[in-house]
Parts: sequence; C-alpha cells; structure tokens
Amino acid sequence: MVMLAMFLVLMVSSTWIQFVTAPQLNADPRNVRTLYREFGTNRGPILVAGEPVAESVPVEDAYGYQRVYPQGELYAAVTGYYSVIYGRTGIERYANEYLNGSSNSLWWNRLQNLISGVDPQGSAVELTIDPAAQQAAWDALGDQRGAVVALNPKTGEILAMVSKPSFDPNTLASHAISEVKATYQALNAAEGAPLINKTIAGNLYPPGSTFKLVTAATALEAGTVTPETEIPAPDQLQLPLSSSTLNNFGGASCSPTQAMTLADALRISCNTAFAQLGIDVGAPALGAQADAFGFGEKLSIPMPVTPSSFPIEIDGKPLDGAQTALSAIGQLDVRVTPLQVALVSAAIANDGKLMTPYLIKQVRTPDLSVAFSADPSVLSTPIDTQTAHDLRDMMIGVVQSGTGTSAQISGVQVAGKSGTAETVKGAAPHAWFTAFAPANDPQVVVAVILENGGDAGSEATGGRVAAPIARAVMEAVINK
Amino acid sequence: MATVEPGRVRSGRASELGLLVLALTLGVGAYALVGLGMEGSLPGNFYVLTFGMAALGFGLHFVVRWRAPYADPVLVPIAVGLNGLGLAMIYRLDLASQQLKGDDPGLATRQLGWTALGIIAAGIVVWVLRDHRTLRRYTYTAMIVGLVLVLLPLVPGLGKQINGARIWVGLGPFSLQPAEFAKIAFAVFFAGYLVTNRDTLTLAGRKVLGLQLPRVRDLGPIIVVWIASIAVLVLERDLGTSLLFFGLFVAMLYIATERISWVVIGLTLFAAGAVAAATSFAHVQGRFNAWLNAFDPEVFNARFGGSGQLVRGMFGMANGGLMGTGWGEGRPDLVPYAFSDFIFASLGEELGLTGIIALLVMYLVLVERGMRIAIGTRDGFGKLLAGGLAFVVAWQCFVVVGGVTRVIPLTGLTLPFLAYGGSSLLANWIIVALLLRISDNARRPTPLPLRGAPAQSPPASSADAVMPDDADSLPEEHLTPGVSPGVSPGDATEIIRAVDQ
Repeated sequence: MVMLAMFLVLMVSSTWIQFVTAPQLNADPRNVRTLYREFGTNRGPILVAGEPVAESVPVEDAYGYQRVYPQGELYAAVTGYYSVIYGRTGIERYANEYLNGSSNSLWWNRLQNLISGVDPQGSAVELTIDPAAQQAAWDALGDQRGAVVALNPKTGEILAMVSKPSFDPNTLASHAISEVKATYQALNAAEGAPLINKTIAGNLYPPGSTFKLVTAATALEAGTVTPETEIPAPDQLQLPLSSSTLNNFGGASCSPTQAMTLADALRISCNTAFAQLGIDVGAPALGAQADAFGFGEKLSIPMPVTPSSFPIEIDGKPLDGAQTALSAIGQLDVRVTPLQVALVSAAIANDGKLMTPYLIKQVRTPDLSVAFSADPSVLSTPIDTQTAHDLRDMMIGVVQSGTGTSAQISGVQVAGKSGTAETVKGAAPHAWFTAFAPANDPQVVVAVILENGGDAGSEATGGRVAAPIARAVMEAVINK
Repeated sequence: MATVEPGRVRSGRASELGLLVLALTLGVGAYALVGLGMEGSLPGNFYVLTFGMAALGFGLHFVVRWRAPYADPVLVPIAVGLNGLGLAMIYRLDLASQQLKGDDPGLATRQLGWTALGIIAAGIVVWVLRDHRTLRRYTYTAMIVGLVLVLLPLVPGLGKQINGARIWVGLGPFSLQPAEFAKIAFAVFFAGYLVTNRDTLTLAGRKVLGLQLPRVRDLGPIIVVWIASIAVLVLERDLGTSLLFFGLFVAMLYIATERISWVVIGLTLFAAGAVAAATSFAHVQGRFNAWLNAFDPEVFNARFGGSGQLVRGMFGMANGGLMGTGWGEGRPDLVPYAFSDFIFASLGEELGLTGIIALLVMYLVLVERGMRIAIGTRDGFGKLLAGGLAFVVAWQCFVVVGGVTRVIPLTGLTLPFLAYGGSSLLANWIIVALLLRISDNARRPTPLPLRGAPAQSPPASSADAVMPDDADSLPEEHLTPGVSPGVSPGDATEIIRAVDQ
C-alpha cells in the first residue's frame, strides 16, 4: 500500500540519519551540538598528587561547565588546553575518553548512570607528576627558553615536564570566543612557540655531547673497549675522505699524550676521542644502539612523542666516515627530544632496562573505583647490566670531576652528562644536561635543555647552565 | 480484517478508555520528565496540565460514548498521545529559551489553549454532526469555502507573509493558517464530487504502454486542481500547501476510480509544474538547492533559504542516535523552528530513533484506522471522505518528515498534532472528529438501526450489511455494474435515516 510505503520511507530515512550516518554527522565540524554536549558534561579532573591541575566547575552559561586550571602555566605542558574552538591538546586530548567518561573501560559506569538517571560525570585522571619536581624545574628554568623532563627510571613514571615559554590554558578554555581567538593567534605567533610541549614535540634538537653516552654504550656493548681502555684523543681529528678537521670544544687539547681512557674521554667530553670511536664502531652499530634506546620509537605517554632519529643514511647513501664522526658526537642530523635524552640516562640508571615512560598513574571513576592503573613495563633492554654499570661509573666521574660538577648534590652521588650542541652558524649552542641520582639507587632521571644556551647565550655550556637546573629537580625529588 | 463481524460487535469504548489512560500517561509523563530533566522539579503547572488534558480527553471520550458509541476506539487515544508529546516538547523548548535567553515565549501555554479548543471542537463536531452524509449536501459549498480559505492570505491587509510564504491570516493577536482548514473543505468537496462523477472518470480511454489512460475530455477536473495548486505555489510561495492539495486530490481520485493512470498523470503534472516553478522562482529554487546540496558550505551558510536549518536538524537527530538523549538532555533548541517545522528533529534528538519510529508507527496506526474506516463504511461518500482524510494526515506526515529527513525538499507544513500551531491542531482534531463520526456509522452493528431497539445481528442476506471482507473488495464494489452513478448502496440507509428523523 502506498501509505505504508510512505511511512517505510520515513522510517528508513530516519534510520539513515540517526544510525547509519550519525557518526559522520556528529563529527561534522559545523555540528556545534557535539561541542555543547561535550562541554556540557562534568568532565573529570586532572590530578597531581591529589590536587586538581584541571577541573570543571559549573557555570551559568550555554555550556554549563567551565574548565579551570588552578596552576595554569606550571602544568600547561602536561594538561594542554581544552578550547571550545581550538579543540584539545595534552592530557586533555589524549586522556579525553577517560575525562569525558566515554572510554570503553567505563561502560559499567555509563550503564549505572543510565539506570540511576545520574548526570554522567567524567573520571579523574591522576598523573605521575611530582609537584615538587615540577615546581623545581619551573623555578630553575626561570624565563629561559627550554624544557625539563624528569622520570623515575625504575618505573617510567614522568615526574616533571616543563616547557618554556609556557601559556595559561585558562585563557584558551574561556567561553569568550573572540578573546580566545585573539589569545590563540597571539600565542601561535609568539616567539618560542609556547603552545608546543618542547619535551616531546616540536622541532627536535641536536643532542650534542649527551649522545656520547650512546656512542660509548655501542662500543662497550661491542666488547672492543672497557672504560679503562686507552683510546686515541688527538687535538685535531682529520676526518676521513675529507679535507676538514674536527676540533675539541674551544679548540682545547684533550690529553697531552693524544690518548686517554674511555672514562676520562667521557668525563671531559672529548670530541675527537668519541668521533674516532664512532668511526671505529660504525654508523650501523650506532644506529642500532640508538634505536635500542628508543630512537625511532613512536611512544605515547599518552601524548604522542615525536620519534628521535639517528639517520644511518643521508640522501640515500650510507654515512661516510666524516658524517659518522659528526653523528657520533650528536651533531649533523641526529635529532632528539629531551624525553629521549632522559630515556638514555634512565636505561643506564635502571641496570640497562628501559622502562616505558608514562604520565597517567591511575584513572578513578566518580565513585572512586579504579578504571585504569598504570603497569610499569620494560620498553627494551638496550644494554646489559655490566655496560649500564660502566656507563654509570663514567657518568659519576663527569659530575665528580668533569664537565658536570655543577650538578653535585652534597651527600648524594650524582651521575650525569653535559652537552653543548651546535645549531646553525652564528646562533648560540643549545645547552644540555642529563643526570640521575642517587647513582647507586636512582630515584630520578632528568634531562634539561636550554635553547641557545638560555640567558648565558654563546658563553653557555651544558655543564655550566643546564646542570644546576638538573640538580634542582633531582634535589626536589630526593629531599622529599 | 473487517472491523465488524456479524454477530459479535463490541463498541470498543472500554478499549478506548484504557488506551486513553495510556496516552494521557505518555503525554503527562513526558511533561513531567521535561521538568525533572531541565529544572529538577515537576513543571509549575504540572497538575493544571494533567488535570486539563485528562478532563479534555475523558470529556471527548464521553461525548463519543454518548453520540458515537461505535466509533473507532484507537483514534482519540492516538491523537491525545501525539498532542501530549508535542506539548511536552514545546514546553521543553520554552524552558530552553527561558534558561538560555531569559525570555519565555509561552508557546506551550498557547498550544495547551489550542489543544483545548481542538478537543472541544472535535467534541462539538461529533455531537452536532449526526451523520457524515449530511456533508455531502454541502459538496459545492465546501469547494467555495475551501477556495476562499486558500485565497484568504492573498487579501491585502488580512494576509501575512511569514518566512517568505504567504499562507497566514492575521486575526488580532492570532495568526491562522487557513490552508489547514481548507484541506478538510477540499476533502469534503472531492469526496462529494468524485462519488458523483467517478464512473465518468473511470471510463477507459486509450491504452498507452500498458496503462489505461482516461479520456482526454475527462481531464478537466484534474487540470483545474493542478492549476489551482500551482497558483498556490506561485502566489503564496508555499510548496507544502500546494503539494498537500494536489496530493489529496490525486489520492482521492485514485481511491474513487482505482485507475493508476490518474496517479501517473497527477505526478507528471505536478513534477512538470514543480520543475517549471523551480526554474523560474527563486524561493522554490532555493528550497531545491538546499535539499540537493545541503552539505555544501555555501548553501549551509546562506543567510536566507540555505540548508542550515535542515542540516542542523539532521545534526540533532544524529545526536539522538538510537536511544535519544532523553527529555531535556539534548539541544533541540539549536535548530530554528524546533517547536514547529522541525519538531520531528527535536523529538528525534531527545527520544532517539526508537522514539520517532514509535511516533511514526502511531501515525501509521492512525492512518490505517482511517483506511479501515473507509473500507468499513457503507456509503461511497463516507468511503472517499474517510480515505481522503486519512490520506491527508499520512501525506502531511510524509511531506513534513520527508522534508526534515531530506527525502524531499523542505516545505513549510506542520506535523499533525505534534507541531506548534493552532490552525493545524484545530484542523486535525476536526479530522479526528469526522473519522470518529464515519467510523461510528461503519461499525454500527445493524445497517438500519432502529432507535430504542436493542442492536441486533444484521441479517446475513442483506447486501448492504455485508462488510467487504478485505481491502481488495473496495474497487469491485465501486465498479459493480448496475449501480447508477451517484447512488451508492449507503444511500438507502440515508433515506431511511431521514425518515426516521
């Protein structure tokens, strides 16, 4: 019958809209409803040591809830922002399903809410961040452009994550659309890219001398050297098949005998020694060792971490000797995130076992039951225990009497490595420092970068300007 | 299939009462949920509304019980149920406006007033109109009334143009859509006209491509109605009304003659007219464009005549998904005219696919009941009128819901009983009253009831009393040779009834 057919057509068309194409319609950027619905839910808080660093408070407007960040700038790199027009970043984005309560693991809660008629509420996401470490890193960085990341090497918990310059996520979470637009555009254009979390993303940095840990690890793993092996350390290294030579930092001489132990070479960060060592072990071995430390790995903490890279080919050709030499001291095209530098130290600190880094410790539903609990896992075992101990002892030397003496903490043995990475010609080098402490029972690993040397500019070395920041963070964790 | 079986006749009044209680619970329950969902408490006038709706519903029930005891028991509960759900949604949108914009449009209160008026009007029709065949005497009066109503909005000073369509008449503070009433007048006119002339219209002409075409000289009426509906489209700039009248006529023509060729001719004519209108009139063109390229950003963002409303409605429905957000939990207020033209999308959002399929089934049952009444009625006029009225409800649903769900271009019609609008509500309640009256006639246990005498089983031999056993027997009855045009079997009853009075 015609009329039955008419109604069938209507039922089909309704089904088409409400069921078949509903996901597309809901995802349509013009669909403000999705936004309203999302912003209208009582989103769960992001907690650091029990205190909210992001929470939703009820307001009397079209949305119903306003996201507030009590210590906005301090935690901006971690929380990210939650904007009506610019979407989400950071934990707000990558833990969104927990925060808004739509995660599959929360189905039981949703069912309970549905039956009891309670307004759905998001879950609380507890972070691994140590507020003391975070604050110490924030204070120590001051107004300098750079980043600090600290980890617990035994678990992979991220204890501090600071990126400067920072921004106040409150200004982007505001419901005043035009102000948010202006703020966003200003932040986006601002020098130092405040919206980018420099510890895990953004333009990666050349690691400089911190990469010598990887080069040393490669050689130690190969079994060709021990820390006590004398290796050549010329004042100038003639690069193979090239007319150019490689100097040591500031043109200094490493050793009057033109040779020194591997441990001493690391202690004073001798470029020519490590360049030669890199040539000896070869680029493929360096690349394989770097990969074992997590280079090239797409980590999510849960934010995605830009993979660090050690290219073993340039323009489709394997590295030649000169390129290998430069790569072995963390220059040329080697690029890392501060987190990656921390991971190298973390593997050394944890007897060669690299733990997967993570930020979310626990997720609790509104009724306080645990919906997710982090389970520390081994990401890889890049070096064996003996190599780890050798490297640790060498790094202790760096802090005791090498380039990293500024990282010393009284009464605590610290292991570290500095780095001063050349960038483009004319610009001041990046200052690096990575360390862990206490060396015999590490509780904290830290990596610090000061872009273009921070306040010290071209006078900066990693050991001088970045090491004190690393020390401050480690002290904050150890002296708790 | 037949509603009346000889020897076992139930008035259905008890079922009606039971269903009515159910329908009232549905409407009032929805109203309460809106209040609880949006404000955390029962709506302020909850008891007033509950009592009012119950009083009106039961009032109509008793009028029916008294004046049309054998009327179909499903019509009133369905209409009350739909009306109540519509009220709840309109109230919900009022609250949204109150909470977000700070002003209460008070549409729910007005709709409640119109509901009261509609139900009372239905009661009066059932009460006053003792026999629907009386209406046949007014066939041509109905035509004139219908035409006047349609043309009324064109009268300068009286007619009002709202959102581009000139289908409104301003009466003091009220705006009426006379077309809503015209559809009843036209249904009466078409029924009266076709019952007299169907034999001529049934006569076969040439056969083309296996289709039995009518004679060319019999094309007159359909051409006239076609011109009239195109005139509505052009002069009042309203696709919906035009579509409604023409669809009604073609459907009734088909019911009367059983010739598919009329439907083909009708559709062809209308398609030609619509295409011509779409190419020559900007507003019709805009509607087509918004329909075909709804998701085009340019069309979506057009200030006037774009697809923004349509697409937002679809967003709303998508948001509802299978189970809906629940009363007061969605954001139907984001769609313009969510309380009238787009109430279907609003309900789709908050009740979900489940809810609107249920609503469509309610309409379907209403329409099916109307058709069953048409089949069960003894006189040709009643058959055509009931069939036409049932069709007009179905057709209006199709045009509105089809427009909202992007099956056809969007028109400005209202969804019967659900949408905000006094004229529509009043007109549809009158349709229910007419169907009640016809069904009472159809279901009466004896074809020649003697007042005062207890109802008896009809004699099985009486040709008039034997109900067609299924829908297919309807055309045969119409085409029975020997029955002269204009005299249907029911006419005998009418004569006797007249004597009886």
